[in-house]
Amino acid sequence: MSPAPDSTSFLFGRLTLAALPLHEPILVATFAAVALGGVALLAAITRFGLWGYLWREWLTTVDHKRIGIMYIILALIMLLRGFADALMMRAQQAIAFGASEGYLPPHHYDQIFTAHGVIMIFFVAMPLVTGLMNFVVPLQIGARDVSFPFLNNFSFWMTTAGAILVMMSLFVGEFAATGWLAYPPLSGPVHSPWVGVDYYIWALQIAGVGTTLSGINLIVTIVKMRAPGMSLMKMPVFTWTSLCTNVLIVATFPVLTATLVLLTLDRYVGTNFFTNDLGGNPMMYVNLIWIWGHPEVYILILPAFGVYSEVVSTFCRKRLFGYTSMVYATVVITILSYIVWLHHFFTMGSGASVNSFFGITTMIISIPTGAKLFNWLFTMYRGRIRFEVPMMWTVGFMVTFVIGGMTGVMLAIPPADFQFHNTLFLIAHFHNVIIGGVVFGMLAGITYWFPKAFGYRLDPFWGKLSFWFWLVGFYFAFMPLYVLGLMGVTRRVNHFEDPSLQIWFVVAAFGAVLIACGIGCFLVQLVVSFLRRDQLRDVTGDPWDGRTLEWATASPPPAYNFAFTPVIQDHDAWWDMKQRGHARPLAGFRPIHMPKNTGTGVILSALSLVLGFALIWHIWWLAVLAFAAVLYVSIEHTFNYDRDYHIPAEEVARSEDSRTRALAGE
Amino acid sequence: MRHKISRLLVLVPLAALLAGCNLVVMNPSGDIAVQQRDLIVASTVLMLLIIVPVILLTLFFAWRYRESNTKATYAPNWSHSTTLEVVIWAAPLVIIVALGALTWVGTHLLDPYRPLDRLDAERPIPQGTRTLEVEVVSLDWKWLFIYPQQGIATVNELAAPVDTPIAFRITSASVMNAFAIPAMAGMIYSMPGMETKLHAVINREGVYDGFSANYSGGGFSQMRFKFHGLSQDGFDRWVEQARAEQGTRLDRSAYLELEKPSEREPVRRYGEVDPEIFSLVVNRCVDPDKMCMSDMMAIDARGGLGIAGGALNIARGKAPAAPGRGQSRPYVPALCNPDDPFGTLQLASIRAEPPKPAVN
Amino acid sequence: MSMHTPQPAEGPASFYVLEEEHAHPGSGTMLGFWIYLMSDCLIFAVLFATYGVLGRNYAAGPSPADLFDLGLVAINTSMLLFSSITYGFAMLAMVKGRKGATLTWLGITGLFGAAFLGLELYEFHHLIHVGATPQRSAFLSAFFTLVGTHGLHVFFGCVWLVTLMLQVAKHGLIAENRRRLMCLSLFWHFLDVIWIGVFSYVYLIGVLP
Repeated sequence: MSPAPDSTSFLFGRLTLAALPLHEPILVATFAAVALGGVALLAAITRFGLWGYLWREWLTTVDHKRIGIMYIILALIMLLRGFADALMMRAQQAIAFGASEGYLPPHHYDQIFTAHGVIMIFFVAMPLVTGLMNFVVPLQIGARDVSFPFLNNFSFWMTTAGAILVMMSLFVGEFAATGWLAYPPLSGPVHSPWVGVDYYIWALQIAGVGTTLSGINLIVTIVKMRAPGMSLMKMPVFTWTSLCTNVLIVATFPVLTATLVLLTLDRYVGTNFFTNDLGGNPMMYVNLIWIWGHPEVYILILPAFGVYSEVVSTFCRKRLFGYTSMVYATVVITILSYIVWLHHFFTMGSGASVNSFFGITTMIISIPTGAKLFNWLFTMYRGRIRFEVPMMWTVGFMVTFVIGGMTGVMLAIPPADFQFHNTLFLIAHFHNVIIGGVVFGMLAGITYWFPKAFGYRLDPFWGKLSFWFWLVGFYFAFMPLYVLGLMGVTRRVNHFEDPSLQIWFVVAAFGAVLIACGIGCFLVQLVVSFLRRDQLRDVTGDPWDGRTLEWATASPPPAYNFAFTPVIQDHDAWWDMKQRGHARPLAGFRPIHMPKNTGTGVILSALSLVLGFALIWHIWWLAVLAFAAVLYVSIEHTFNYDRDYHIPAEEVARSEDSRTRALAGE
Repeated sequence: MRHKISRLLVLVPLAALLAGCNLVVMNPSGDIAVQQRDLIVASTVLMLLIIVPVILLTLFFAWRYRESNTKATYAPNWSHSTTLEVVIWAAPLVIIVALGALTWVGTHLLDPYRPLDRLDAERPIPQGTRTLEVEVVSLDWKWLFIYPQQGIATVNELAAPVDTPIAFRITSASVMNAFAIPAMAGMIYSMPGMETKLHAVINREGVYDGFSANYSGGGFSQMRFKFHGLSQDGFDRWVEQARAEQGTRLDRSAYLELEKPSEREPVRRYGEVDPEIFSLVVNRCVDPDKMCMSDMMAIDARGGLGIAGGALNIARGKAPAAPGRGQSRPYVPALCNPDDPFGTLQLASIRAEPPKPAVN
Repeated sequence: MSMHTPQPAEGPASFYVLEEEHAHPGSGTMLGFWIYLMSDCLIFAVLFATYGVLGRNYAAGPSPADLFDLGLVAINTSMLLFSSITYGFAMLAMVKGRKGATLTWLGITGLFGAAFLGLELYEFHHLIHVGATPQRSAFLSAFFTLVGTHGLHVFFGCVWLVTLMLQVAKHGLIAENRRRLMCLSLFWHFLDVIWIGVFSYVYLIGVLP
């Protein structure tokens, strides 16, 4: 357990050797494995002399494509951590019956489910979504980069700093044991005096800065940088959903920031926002956090809807059915997502009218969502469907997601929620929509755009294997939880008395193992595809016979994306250009104005990491120092006016000529 | 199609398993939960009207319009149909209108704050039926049930006569929990410094599971109790049994002892109860040193105690309640307590103290 | 059921913009900064809402009527309002391309800002001295956080102002610096608007019966 919270020293704050979990064999083994892997990786980078390349071409890059790829790499790494947590929980619940206490004591188990939720939402789903938007949106709108390329790099590194803080909590100190939303008073200074909740707060705050800024960045990019002719109603659906998602990010993450600031003050200063005494009100936190929390769900799902729209029309070789109603449905969902937050706590005992208002607004969201599903359905109607991997994810999604939608509406009925709230039925529901909706969509998106990013396709065999493992694994893992929910079993429990429940938990654990195989197959797919890249090579830049602008340029696209800015006449711009007998301009290239790479983002994020760590451990001198350094580096950065350069016309001509030769089959 | 087969295969043992387990939400024993169940079933059926066709159509279209089936019609530019658009927006709308009406009526009818008007679908409440009052307190990590009408209290055991309306008043000692009995009425939050209500009835004799349904820290998993639905005679005997516990009185000091964090508390009974205790818990002043929230709110409504009386009138927090806990919060001392019934000493000492920054 | 008809084919030139493009893609800065301000506005919205919920929970302690000195706050408010006017003069000078005048007005703006911060710190010090600390009651927690967050914004505004003065002095009123001055202008006036809210919602409503 935690050492006494008041044993602090000037030099190290609350940090003592006792903070290292040397007595927990699971953690020591994990640490050894991570450390060995890390050392091996660093040694390999040094051995092959890749540091300079990495620093110049990746870490300091302001190229939206590379930043997008780095976001997705971050998400995949964090997915392994978050999923390891899931496996541990499933294992604990499958064995902890009657006399068996399982292998995880409550203090450890509680941290695991908290970390699982926080990591999966903030450091897996969010980076996946942001990464995909970053990579795809500028290409889809015919832009050369985002509006604020430096901010983009900075945002990525802030998200990474948050992720690193969460990972550090595994080996130095503890993570929050409060549930992923850290409701006070449980997360307050009395009930959680040690560093767990502080890790939670600072990881989210640092990553939140990145998320908010990248939201602003992408809104401005979409509003200001569309190619000529691309009116709002000619934007690809993925760009539309990205726009709505980023509007939601900008409109909700400040609420999270402010709420966490108030919790921070309660913990660090001793204020009384969410305390039980001196006039504080813990339920205000619950309201505020869900005003952010519910739109957050739509921040994740809308881009996935966008992916499905692109995938469906491409692989059915058909115009998307009901483009206009698709756009309006997206906008309506965006707005409605703001007025449903109370459905997360009907059981607080608000009046019947308040509860039914929020219940009914929640149900109304299912109308535009249903319309979207029908639109995809009627896009398939009279199409020519190629069952490539992205399309399989999409069909898997359509079948799975409607079940999650149905259980969601059931939860939105307040009297039913008095039974379902906080049960495994709820857990099954949101995994049903997040896995069946967001994860399937992101995996479809990665498979779909991978050839654009790297110039070769992903190996379809391992992709299909991954899909079937995920799909079947999902049903095995979560259908039992629906049943357990109907048996009145609550979430976050680490030990059960009733032996008749055990079989369901065992089935669920088996499902989790299947999903683990799915993740394994996905990773194998990446490796196999890299090894077979010559067979899987695509030189056309348009491997799927695509419809939107990103397929108009080379794969991987040159730094400047498009040698000439395209002119748009239709929302399926590239399809339309192909229909009209598109011809690439082969001469007359001009120098292209581009932003320069900069290391400021990396440095600022490293300093923020130090600042966060110092604040968590109450090392005040270091916190002051790190904060001053952050301020200094930011100001110093503004004194640099030399931020861009021109790619010379000859270089553009060279790279375009090599594409011309590749297209000619030379 | 492997996926369909695998799902069918799941169904066989599934049916067997479902038959063997107790789906308490689907097969409850109290009228409120029965109505909740009916609402769940009705809404599911309503939604299946749209869900099943969508799933079937998805699978059918996926098969029918596969690339290798060149006989199927191919209309690459067909992308709009006003009729279809109207249908795909109207169909969910109709379902949601029906569900919305069901929700509005159901939510008001099953509002936990609303006193019952029937025992079950057939029986109204007989004239002269006395509602059983139970006061519920969630503590770290156990449940305290106070029966003000009977003058007894129990820890981790709840009992009630069947077919008698029960009025629960619910609060929490430290952090949020949820008072949950799926067989009777689902759950409602218990929150510190606040009181929630639940009206319910149990219609069948039996022993049911009750627990906290909102994560509340380390001992949360063990925060369970049994709810006994008894005949009226059985309940009277149960009450007598509790009254027979000599020398066990739930007063302030007994409560403060009980309040200390503990796990897996055995069932315990108090034969006598300080009738004030629940209201003291809600007002967070079981400790006589602390000012009651109701007093504090009354003072606040009149504009506080001013700088001289109010700013300095605060006591430092007490030592941590248990290992692993932080220092207790500072609190406002009671203006009057048993030693100083009119608060005169308190006020005098506040005025005498020189002004200085007072809080930690 | 209607059919989509593709656009009639045109010459290949219509596929791309072939002539010289607009050189600078940075035109989104003002929009971006404005969106940032709206997100900041939401932070204040949460703090105002918090004050709205907790603002009367004095915990048997002092209330606004006991604590606030409207005279002091009025002077403080005028400091901020004057600073907005002087910032406006700085912008007028910038438009006319007068570097010296711009710097002078910016300097005066900064002094008003510093005066505002000084008065606010004096007020906070006084409150803490009489025991009305942020820890005393939920009302005081919400008060210190709302007003303090605004003060922190003014502080960073001042830091930014000094930075910009150095940059204008060094590089003159070049396009980048003009854009930055415009952003700071938005920021500065935004803080003014927030303060009007704080002044009326917290101080006036708090003290008036």
